[in-house]
Amino acid sequence: MRRLLAGLAFLVLPLMAEAQPSVVEEDVVLGLSHSRVRITTNFDGSEILIFGAIRREAPMPESELDVIIAVAGPSNPVVVRKKARHWGIWINTESAEIRSAPSLYAVASSAPLSEILSEQTDTIYRITAPRAVWTLGSEKEFAEAVLRIRQNQGLYTLKESSVEVTEQTLFRTSVSMPANLTEGAYRTRVFLLRDQQVVSDFETVIDVHKVGLERYLFNLSREHSLAYGILALVIAIAAGWGASAAFRMLSRA
Amino acid sequence: MQIYLPIAEVSVNAILLLGLGGIVGLLSGMFGVGGGFLITPLLFFIGIPPAVAVATSANQIVASSFSGLLAHLKRKTVDLKMGLVLLVGGLIGAGLGVIVFNYLRALGQVDLLVRLCYVVFLGIVGALMFVEGLRAWQRARRAGGTPPAKRKYRGWVTALPLKMRFRTSGLYISVIPPVLVGFAVGLLAAIMGVGGGFIMVPAMIYILHMPTKVVIGTSLFQIIFVAAFTTLLHAITNHTVDMALALFLLVGGVIGAQFGTRIGLKMKAEQVRLLLALLVLVVCGKLALELLLRPSELYSIADPGGL
Repeated sequence: MRRLLAGLAFLVLPLMAEAQPSVVEEDVVLGLSHSRVRITTNFDGSEILIFGAIRREAPMPESELDVIIAVAGPSNPVVVRKKARHWGIWINTESAEIRSAPSLYAVASSAPLSEILSEQTDTIYRITAPRAVWTLGSEKEFAEAVLRIRQNQGLYTLKESSVEVTEQTLFRTSVSMPANLTEGAYRTRVFLLRDQQVVSDFETVIDVHKVGLERYLFNLSREHSLAYGILALVIAIAAGWGASAAFRMLSRA
Repeated sequence: MQIYLPIAEVSVNAILLLGLGGIVGLLSGMFGVGGGFLITPLLFFIGIPPAVAVATSANQIVASSFSGLLAHLKRKTVDLKMGLVLLVGGLIGAGLGVIVFNYLRALGQVDLLVRLCYVVFLGIVGALMFVEGLRAWQRARRAGGTPPAKRKYRGWVTALPLKMRFRTSGLYISVIPPVLVGFAVGLLAAIMGVGGGFIMVPAMIYILHMPTKVVIGTSLFQIIFVAAFTTLLHAITNHTVDMALALFLLVGGVIGAQFGTRIGLKMKAEQVRLLLALLVLVVCGKLALELLLRPSELYSIADPGGL
């Protein structure tokens, strides 16, 4: 059957290429339940629904269509330390700086990655989390530690077969953003794959930022740090005095 | 009820924060310790980044200590004169401590050093207080509830010049020992990121021979200034003071401190000492275990903010 399909494709593909030489065969039309996440005082994580359709200008190819969605938080260099036993106690000995690691990395796919994504494609497009953490060869164990630690913290996730694809045209999934989210632009990429090759990709940005009181306090702490520090102390003293006064009144009554 | 902390950038349960603040405030009022050595590890445990935890607990200590101090002032159990003398040494020590801290941070092993400091000092202080407290408690029991005879021997403390009368404490001693005690405590406090009450209280009892009742209020008085100084320093240099986190901790803390002060005044001095000693030893033991046992994760991602 496979061979027959391959044979068919062999016959059909050149015809299609001739008919539409420059047009991408399949295109992603993407929708997000919300394109910005506002971190308010009672922010407790957020679920973002990512859905879309595939626009075709040519007949649907015979091979199976797969979708991979990758959401990446802002990347920063991180220092990783390794503990070792010295004089009976565990202390940090070696350390390495990882060039760049995203604060969050969520991958969702329509089928197990081993079946739909080739090593080569992953290397080119940097789709899975290990490809998103940039290192030199010598820092491999430290990069693996970053992956492991952030996976355990729920920051790096991989949900295979969580993208629903309907009629090879519509797809949808939801990505959960944890409560300990950092601010920044979250790069969201959608890949369409056939036969382990990317046939189309689409990129958009989910904007995550603090609003209201959160924004105000954060800015104040950075821009007027002395005032912020004094304000923090005034609040502390006032609260201490307030509680004392309240208790005095209570004990008198 | 979840709340997102603007500086720590994590979401935590507000009730949990109030509870944590309350427990630490209670202990703070009972024993006259700022509670920094308790609240900082507790904040690590609930997922607050270490740098934010250290800086914010300093802010919280100011509030709970102030609340506790007011309660003690009302009962006239604060030796203000002694407090000021201690504070002179304390601020100089804290200033130097911050310089030492930054130097050690540049060397890269500050985390370990802070931990070792905790284990060593909590261990020594806890063990000494425990033995002393146990002896005093047995003596008090044998004597049928009467307090132990005051020790007349003051050693080198009485032999120094620059004597000053401390009415509230009932002491006539040189100012040099209190300044030195303040300095040493300030130095350690800045390095360890705490108010230093757990070192200050035993130092006042065993080196300066101050009465236990006065010790707690006076220690709180000194702690407020050292903690305020630390808070400002962290806010300016590292931007790691989280006001929202501090607010929840201190609302719980100030209420706890009021109850704690009342409980502390009702308890016998020996009991206060014994309980504080046990508490110090438990924290010390936990930190020591962390250093001695193989950690489940050998690698750690360094916090960009500080520690």
